[in-house]
Amino acid sequence: MALSGIQIYKLLPQTNCKECGFPTCLAFAMKLAAKQVELGACPYVSEESKKQLAESAAPPIRLVTLKADGNEVKVGNEVVMYRHEKTFYNKPGLFLRVKASDPDLAKKVTQADAYKVNYVGMDFSLNGYAIEADGDLTAAVKTVREVTKRPLILISNDAAALDSSLSLLAGETALIYAASESNYESLAEVAKKHKAVLAVKADTLDALADLTQKIQTKGVEDMVLDLGGKNLGDWLMRSTQVRRLALKNFRPLGYPVIFFAAQNGVEKEAVYAAQAIAKYAGFVVIDTFAPEMIYPLLVLRENLYTDPQKPIQVQPGVYEINSPKPESPVLVTTNFSITYFAVANEVEGSGLPAWLVVTDAEGMSVLTAWAAGKFDAERIAKAIKGFNVADKVSKKRLVLPGHVAVLSGEVEEELPGWEVRVGPREAVDLPAFMKQALN
Amino acid sequence: MPIEIPKDKWPGSIRTVTIGATSAEGGTRAKTVTVGGGTTMPYLHFEAPTPNKPAIAIEIKSRKPEDWSPLLAEVWGAAMADPAQWAKKAEEAGADLLVLALTVEDSPEDAVKAVKSVLGATGLPLIVWGPGQAEKDNELLVAVAEAAKGERLVLGICEDKNYRTIVATAMANGHLVQARAPMDVNLSKQLNILISDMGMPKDRILMDPTTGALGYGMEYGYSVMERLRLAALQGDAMTQFPMIVTPGFEAWKTKEAKVGEGIPEAWGDWKARAIHWETLTALALVESGADIVVLRHPESVKRVKDAIGELVVA
Repeated sequence: MALSGIQIYKLLPQTNCKECGFPTCLAFAMKLAAKQVELGACPYVSEESKKQLAESAAPPIRLVTLKADGNEVKVGNEVVMYRHEKTFYNKPGLFLRVKASDPDLAKKVTQADAYKVNYVGMDFSLNGYAIEADGDLTAAVKTVREVTKRPLILISNDAAALDSSLSLLAGETALIYAASESNYESLAEVAKKHKAVLAVKADTLDALADLTQKIQTKGVEDMVLDLGGKNLGDWLMRSTQVRRLALKNFRPLGYPVIFFAAQNGVEKEAVYAAQAIAKYAGFVVIDTFAPEMIYPLLVLRENLYTDPQKPIQVQPGVYEINSPKPESPVLVTTNFSITYFAVANEVEGSGLPAWLVVTDAEGMSVLTAWAAGKFDAERIAKAIKGFNVADKVSKKRLVLPGHVAVLSGEVEEELPGWEVRVGPREAVDLPAFMKQALN
Repeated sequence: MPIEIPKDKWPGSIRTVTIGATSAEGGTRAKTVTVGGGTTMPYLHFEAPTPNKPAIAIEIKSRKPEDWSPLLAEVWGAAMADPAQWAKKAEEAGADLLVLALTVEDSPEDAVKAVKSVLGATGLPLIVWGPGQAEKDNELLVAVAEAAKGERLVLGICEDKNYRTIVATAMANGHLVQARAPMDVNLSKQLNILISDMGMPKDRILMDPTTGALGYGMEYGYSVMERLRLAALQGDAMTQFPMIVTPGFEAWKTKEAKVGEGIPEAWGDWKARAIHWETLTALALVESGADIVVLRHPESVKRVKDAIGELVVA
């Protein structure tokens, strides 16, 4: 937890020398608490105070970055339990586990690596691969590195094999899985040598906290936690406890968490991965390369990691739904994402073609935007003209949302030659309206 | 070194609500379903046990729906044309209770007949939804409420623009209501207050905060549910109702679930994807505090049921 201005003040010289540029040490402390100045501006602060202040400034959950050739995955640095309190920042990395012994290793990784799916204009892919050392790890790393440039997790207890494998990955930051009570010394040494991140595993949180402290004294700072847990509920509690402790600045567990989604069978994999994404995992490892599962998981991750203070806005413009023709109707709505998706989804689901004109209502829903003056006749007319909608249609027929029926007269005045119709209030009633009223 | 796990102590809790009445209680149900009662954020058993596990309702309709996904038509088959048969199949598929959704084509007599046939076909508690048009809802639900007096049905869906008639008939005939507000903590509270002010007992209200499907605004509902649950635990009486959400309805409207042709290859196998869509939407909502999830596909029911089982006995 960050220190308050008063707590910081107690660590300052309290001489009011003004050399930092502020009239008093307290004023400087307040600025420090607000992160508007650097501690370095104070020439007289003691080494002891510097250390304490640096510790308090460190994020409660360490930021861990895996890197490969141009690709990186950053996790950690989270500050809340619930996304509405601020936001979730760094999306968990989704990794596919592959086996070193698999004769089709190169083919499997090549196929998975080509996977790309588009969701509301964004392209998503897998973030990397976890190689299980059930055969020659070094050979497998070589094979995999030839076909992908994404970051790697190496699953092995064999320090020598890890050492030679990591030597092949110079300049990268890989993740070693996993140090336990019995092997942490040798694995910590390898991690330190290759600047790799070290996953740490223990049966209880008590043992896990002890182990991370021991590993830290070996000189390894970047760690990731495997919390164990026998089923969904058990893991949910452990993950919640670790997030809580970390946010209360309990350093020994202030690291991102890794979760293996297929641990209780591939038939449960999607549900396990989904919970891990929702409930605080930093890395989620799946065993099955199945687009029908990966796509919803990537969408879930995107949804939950969207900043709730800044709802996604849709680009204003004309959206073509179900290949509209010149005689298809023109529907108007606002650019609040949920409004847009509600309307687009209903129309799309109905199978009926339409031109959907999305106006710039500063990301507000129809009623809110209307009340705020961001969705009025003038703005609607401006959008219709600005997007040259008249050039696309033979039948100038425009449908307003039912909630702004009151605007229809004004819109007719602003857009001479257009027939203005009032549609339903709710998107869900659009298909019926389009079938009955527009034909 | 033993770690001291921080525990939250909350002054408030979720109300306990029982749906359905057995013959001893004035109804005809073989069993009842009790939800709510939680005193922590969902499934944090290190603070307190989960008193009642979330229930799964399967949605069936009074008439064969023509606009449902072919995948649903395939799995329910001919039963979709007969609510009684459909109800039996839904019970076999693992439903804890049923939602019977009436349609605009139904007359009050049709609605009563459909409700009676479902009540006769299974012993599960029942939720009855009107078709979603105020006048029609009122007409059908009043007839149903009177015909099934004492069954402790849930009648829905009450919204701010139409709730009085449904609440009045539920009160008069010993039923419950489902109160829906559009993804907003204050609007949910407001509707709950309006319904309570009519004299509806507080153990006969289910709160429906509205949800979107995965990819279609699910995160708004997810966070509103977490905020409602937190408010309830903090002691806000008008948010302490169990939550019912409709991930089945939402998920099966999406293109991802509904459409099998002309879609990107990266979406993968249609049927598997559709089931994941419904299952993951439901799971996320269960994690954020849903007490009843209304689903459509038996495979999703099975998966969500397994997940709930693991969450409550951790």
